[in-house]
Amino acid sequence: MPGPAGNGRIDVTRGHRASDLLRFATAGSVDDGKSTLIGRLLYETKQIFADQLEHVEETSRRRGDGYVNLALLTDGLRAEREQGITIDVAYRYFATPRRKFIIADTPGHEQYTRNMVTGASTADLAVVLIDARKGVVEQSRRHAFIASLLRIPHLVFCVNKMDLVDYDEEVFERIDEEISGWAAKLDVSDITFIPVSALNGDNVVERSENMPWYCGPSLLYHLEHVHIGSDRNLIDARFPVQWVIRPMSDEHHDYRGYAGQIASGTFRTGDPVIVLPSGRQTRIARIDVDGGTVEEAFPPLSVTMLLEDEVDVSRGDMICRAHNHPVPTQELDAMVCWMADAPLQARGRYAIKHTTRNARAVVEDLRYRIDVNTLHRDESAAALGLNEIGRVHLRTSAPLLVDEYRRNRTTGSFILIDESTNSTVGAGMILSAERAEHPEPERAATGSGH
Amino acid sequence: MQAMTYEVSHLRVLEAEAIHIMREVAAELEHPVLLFSGGKDSLVLLHLATKAFRPGRFPFPVMHVDTGHNFPEVLEFRDRLIARLDERLIVASVQESIDSGRVAEETGPRASRNRLQTVTLLDAIAEHGFDAAFGGARRDEERARAKERVFSFRDDFGQWEPKAQRPELWSLYNGRVRKGEHVRVFPISNWTELDVWQYIAEEGLELPPIYFAHRREVFRRDGMLYAVSPFVELMDGEEPFEASVRYRTVGDMSCTGAVESTAASLEQVVDEIAATRITERGETRADDRVTEAAMEDRKREGYF
Repeated sequence: MPGPAGNGRIDVTRGHRASDLLRFATAGSVDDGKSTLIGRLLYETKQIFADQLEHVEETSRRRGDGYVNLALLTDGLRAEREQGITIDVAYRYFATPRRKFIIADTPGHEQYTRNMVTGASTADLAVVLIDARKGVVEQSRRHAFIASLLRIPHLVFCVNKMDLVDYDEEVFERIDEEISGWAAKLDVSDITFIPVSALNGDNVVERSENMPWYCGPSLLYHLEHVHIGSDRNLIDARFPVQWVIRPMSDEHHDYRGYAGQIASGTFRTGDPVIVLPSGRQTRIARIDVDGGTVEEAFPPLSVTMLLEDEVDVSRGDMICRAHNHPVPTQELDAMVCWMADAPLQARGRYAIKHTTRNARAVVEDLRYRIDVNTLHRDESAAALGLNEIGRVHLRTSAPLLVDEYRRNRTTGSFILIDESTNSTVGAGMILSAERAEHPEPERAATGSGH
Repeated sequence: MQAMTYEVSHLRVLEAEAIHIMREVAAELEHPVLLFSGGKDSLVLLHLATKAFRPGRFPFPVMHVDTGHNFPEVLEFRDRLIARLDERLIVASVQESIDSGRVAEETGPRASRNRLQTVTLLDAIAEHGFDAAFGGARRDEERARAKERVFSFRDDFGQWEPKAQRPELWSLYNGRVRKGEHVRVFPISNWTELDVWQYIAEEGLELPPIYFAHRREVFRRDGMLYAVSPFVELMDGEEPFEASVRYRTVGDMSCTGAVESTAASLEQVVDEIAATRITERGETRADDRVTEAAMEDRKREGYF
């Protein structure tokens, strides 16, 4: 295998401190060359260590693969190596001087849709592989749909195996046009097409000389430069309270801090805030981080907030702004990806976890099931089976503080748990919520101790 | 205000994620415990716990599974650190498991207590009724670990079932367990070895001295350098010699190898780690070399 394993194109030791983090998910079947593409990225950025490569070479020889099978690097479980398929998400890490990368390497097969959804849920970007010889197939559409459903902001179609179609521009253009027409329905803001040969390394790290007609970036260049800073929601201030810190020691007798991770928006010392669901209003007295204080906190920082007034705040509450806060609701519409063998049915009851709140939910209605390959809506569906996706109406036992998923991936998502098995059985993305009765905001009486 | 770009370095993103995970466990499980080995990864966990819970106390004790074959420098470091943090330490002893007949000591020159630890660990989890155990495992360490969830469910035999893992989405973790079951929780799953070292450097954390180059009596076996100690029998042809070495991982003296190095400062170690071409477990852990799926098999049984 060619490649600069030892020389210094990329050196992670320098200039790393200012680099940021990109999480991306890859989807495609083994035949699309996904493992080869990931292997190529890892190899060329010098993330494959000598003992790992030796191990893969030796195993490839023993299995009689006839070539160095880079898929063995990414398939971590015995069953996966035996069957030559990816079953579960594997996480891989690499870095360049510009960025750190976390790859969620997800299985492409329909049977493992739930695992792709898992890997996609935290991704900033998705790479979908398309075999240049086969063009757009059902599976490519499914992967793109899941990426859009999970609202991954950036989508990259890698048209792979260009070497096998003589690096023909027309093949690439045809695929680009077909997807662009179809993807208009998907509501993804940023779509990029890159012609590559993972096997030969064309347009993976360096621009390829075999495709002079292609003027765009290589895949790695795109991953390094795609702008993700504005993907965060810095407008809607949302702080789900995770944990209350009350040391009650002599030194910190009156300390009462609300710990959590900023979901969205920014918070500054002195800001007027509202605590939901109580509706009490107060101001931020201080924001603590690691023994010190900061003037301002923003996502994704984990901080501890102290409030000016003694208001009753506990886990599951949310600190936001009086004029911009989520809807407390017990009725919501959501897209749900089902992840269990026992199907979701109307009247089904589950535990629901939303931000730091736990409640129970009952499925009032299954509005439709969506065919993940054709996007056709089947309104006659009576159940959602394993790996199926549909729109449901839920009623919850307690108010949840929700935003639409399209606006906020943290306050717009939830999981459903089967209380008899404790398994996570559903992943939900909120479409809309009906406003529940909301208490009148009231100013906490200053100094009223209890 | 206008000038703010709200940039966060990758280490701060990883730190915020880990703190979030630790607080979720504290809030949703009844009796968590933090597993501490004295190694750099569990040291980072302890440090993250201070960030997550100070000025309060940790809402869990710290537990060390003591194989009885530890580096003395590490034990001394452990005791000093726990005293400084003023937190509770539980020591679960493999020697006691042997003495009480729960496990049988391996014999011969390749004997190791590595595998015995699993029994001691599971016994201690059962004895104290722990329903969650924090560990410092990272996904970049080993390919079975690359597949493992942050919240990793264990049944009442402590077993990991890789094909039936709970889906894990967004930052919504499902830690529900029945009595007798528990979750292993890995807050630094997404950190790489280099991230850990850079974090230790940025935060100015103190490490056990064996992480830095020092003179030591060693012998070579299977291409690795092992410390001469009362816990290892030399085989024919193995000649002890003195060398300048440091450790890349900290485990049992009988199965943790040293690397030749002159890196005496944190900065020098970080430079060496960044330039290395061999994985840390491949270079220094005999326990992973048994079979192709050594780690997967041990994890299934309930190993860390």
